Amino acid sequence: MNVAPLGLAAAALPAGIPAQRAQVSSGQLLTACRLAWENDGKLVALWASDERDRRRGFCVRVVVEDRDGLTVLEHTLPDPDARYPDLTAIFPAANRMQRATYDLVGVAAESDDQRPWLWLASWPIDQFPLRRDFVASAQWDPGQEEYDFVKVEGDGVHEIPVGPVHAGIIEPGHFRFQVVGEKVLRLEERLGYTHKGIEKRFESFPILDGGRLAGRVSGDSTVAYAWAYAQALECIAHSAAPPRAAWLRALCLERERLANHLGDLGALGNDGGFAFGLAQFSRLREDVLRINDKAFGHRLLMDVVVPGGVARDIAFEHVHAMRDEADRLTREIVALRAIYDEHAGLQDRFRTCGRVTPELAAKMGLLGLAGRASGVRRDLRCDFPCPPYDALHVRIVSATAGDVWARVTVRFDEALESARLIALITAALLDPAAMGDTRVALADTPADRLAIGYIEGWRGPVLVALESGPNGTIRRCHPQDPSWCNWPVIEHAAIGNIVPDFPLINKSFNLSYSGHDL
Amino acid sequence: MYQTLRQIIRIGIRTEARPAPAMDNVVVQRLQADILRTLGRALTIRHVDAGSCNACELEAQALSNPYYNLEGLGIRHVASPRHADALMVTGPVSKHMAIALKRTYDAMPEPKLVIAVGECACGGGIFGDSYATVGALSKILPVDVAIPGCPPSPTAMLQGILAAISAPARSEPR
Repeated sequence: MNVAPLGLAAAALPAGIPAQRAQVSSGQLLTACRLAWENDGKLVALWASDERDRRRGFCVRVVVEDRDGLTVLEHTLPDPDARYPDLTAIFPAANRMQRATYDLVGVAAESDDQRPWLWLASWPIDQFPLRRDFVASAQWDPGQEEYDFVKVEGDGVHEIPVGPVHAGIIEPGHFRFQVVGEKVLRLEERLGYTHKGIEKRFESFPILDGGRLAGRVSGDSTVAYAWAYAQALECIAHSAAPPRAAWLRALCLERERLANHLGDLGALGNDGGFAFGLAQFSRLREDVLRINDKAFGHRLLMDVVVPGGVARDIAFEHVHAMRDEADRLTREIVALRAIYDEHAGLQDRFRTCGRVTPELAAKMGLLGLAGRASGVRRDLRCDFPCPPYDALHVRIVSATAGDVWARVTVRFDEALESARLIALITAALLDPAAMGDTRVALADTPADRLAIGYIEGWRGPVLVALESGPNGTIRRCHPQDPSWCNWPVIEHAAIGNIVPDFPLINKSFNLSYSGHDL
Repeated sequence: MYQTLRQIIRIGIRTEARPAPAMDNVVVQRLQADILRTLGRALTIRHVDAGSCNACELEAQALSNPYYNLEGLGIRHVASPRHADALMVTGPVSKHMAIALKRTYDAMPEPKLVIAVGECACGGGIFGDSYATVGALSKILPVDVAIPGCPPSPTAMLQGILAAISAPARSEPR
């Protein structure tokens, strides 16, 4: 984004993609966000930091992504009572980020909606965990919160509360439906149940070791988070992972994408009443995880991507196994796709269900896989390819129908594309020219540096903002999952559908609770 | 339909032999013979995610895939705690989930087993205990079987679950 017309001086910011930062007044923050929105910019993150020890009050950071890269808008609040402008009218997803920022840091936006978001009465409402004087080990007994859900009134309208414990092996969250008969008039989400103080926890980790925690922000995206963290730390340390490590990281990232897509394709078939799909795809997913385990010692590839490179190189036999598997998987996925395509029952459940039109997707700022199923053609692997993606030429996948079926087809196409990329990556790994180190030791990390890691995970872009402290500590680390921007869209996708279709709609997005609740 | 049947026949049955129970995982000697006589080898499990990162859930879901075929062993996941013999908990017990977790436990009929799955439920794991987490599940519920690992593999989970229903001194059902 060109911020010069706003009278702003932007400085370069070390990040995984082109990025800049600029100090803004409250008026400039609003103008810059409006300008970004008009130029197809997306809100990707919003957080605040306690800077009182530097005599700078609090700093609110808003990150937007557009065709030029990332722009970090930094707004300083002199004291906790000062407010910053409400960005919800420009970026609807800002609403929950602002509320979460208040819950954790205690600085609020000038918004009418001051309901808590991540706070569920487990600590006093006037205590803010991310303030520097908050003691992480402080203990309070869990309480019960009375949340102010919006109610629909009228003849025959009733309310269905669901969760936080759900009927399945899934993450916890609460959904409040206002329905007439079977039809959903309104859905309101209440999340935060898996809040486990990750951001505060980061502050107790040595910066070189924080990647392990980043890799557990959302277990299904461990490679994406670990890579984003490593990217940010490497920017701070002015270091880069060796080329072979980049290939291995991409191999892991594509295998993570493939495994998740296979799991979701099976689960979506099952939710559509076709248990055959679950049996077949869960078998394929298991095959992928078993090869991961043999090659890297972990089925989900946790702790494989580390700052400075990867934890271990891969043996030739496993490279060959992955290459053969890519061919076999491609054939299997194509065969199963034909079955899904021709299954009248599935088509009936999938088509027009949970529709997010491209207009709505653009307005709400839908990201990642769900965005691409609604015509938002963005993928960091194509738009800002970091090594080795610059040599891979990823084919972007998209659809425009925006329904469950579109999200299924995007998964099919992306799984096939990942299999193709895995074949290319394995070929590159076998090339004698690609031999070499897989890890470099990171030099001392200078204090008080901010850097951003930004990686296209299977769900969408994963952002890790890392700020170093003195002596190899972490001053602040803020991970932002694409689920923040996508959860509010499910509330829209559910409207007008029947209640029994909700699990299918929800699964078709498959958003993270843990990555969101932090 | 033809393609579906063809695929089923082509793939065949992939279920593997069940692993031996991992008796090391039994942490509390609460597994008396009378409980086991009531539950038998069939077991219904209610899972609660108490703040997990979702990795344990992915592996628990894998138990139902054709390789492990959990249901083939007479073990099922059920939607209601009132239908459950065992409570399987993942995560470092986030404070926000503590009340829902205890209510789920209270809603289960006696006799009941509690299985802690993953490093976090066993001892707080990487998240430890803090303002937001209780830490080990055993701080708030009596744990019968603890299955460590980050996340434990499906095989390790299966071994732990089998340990819960096959105590060494178990008398044969009459």
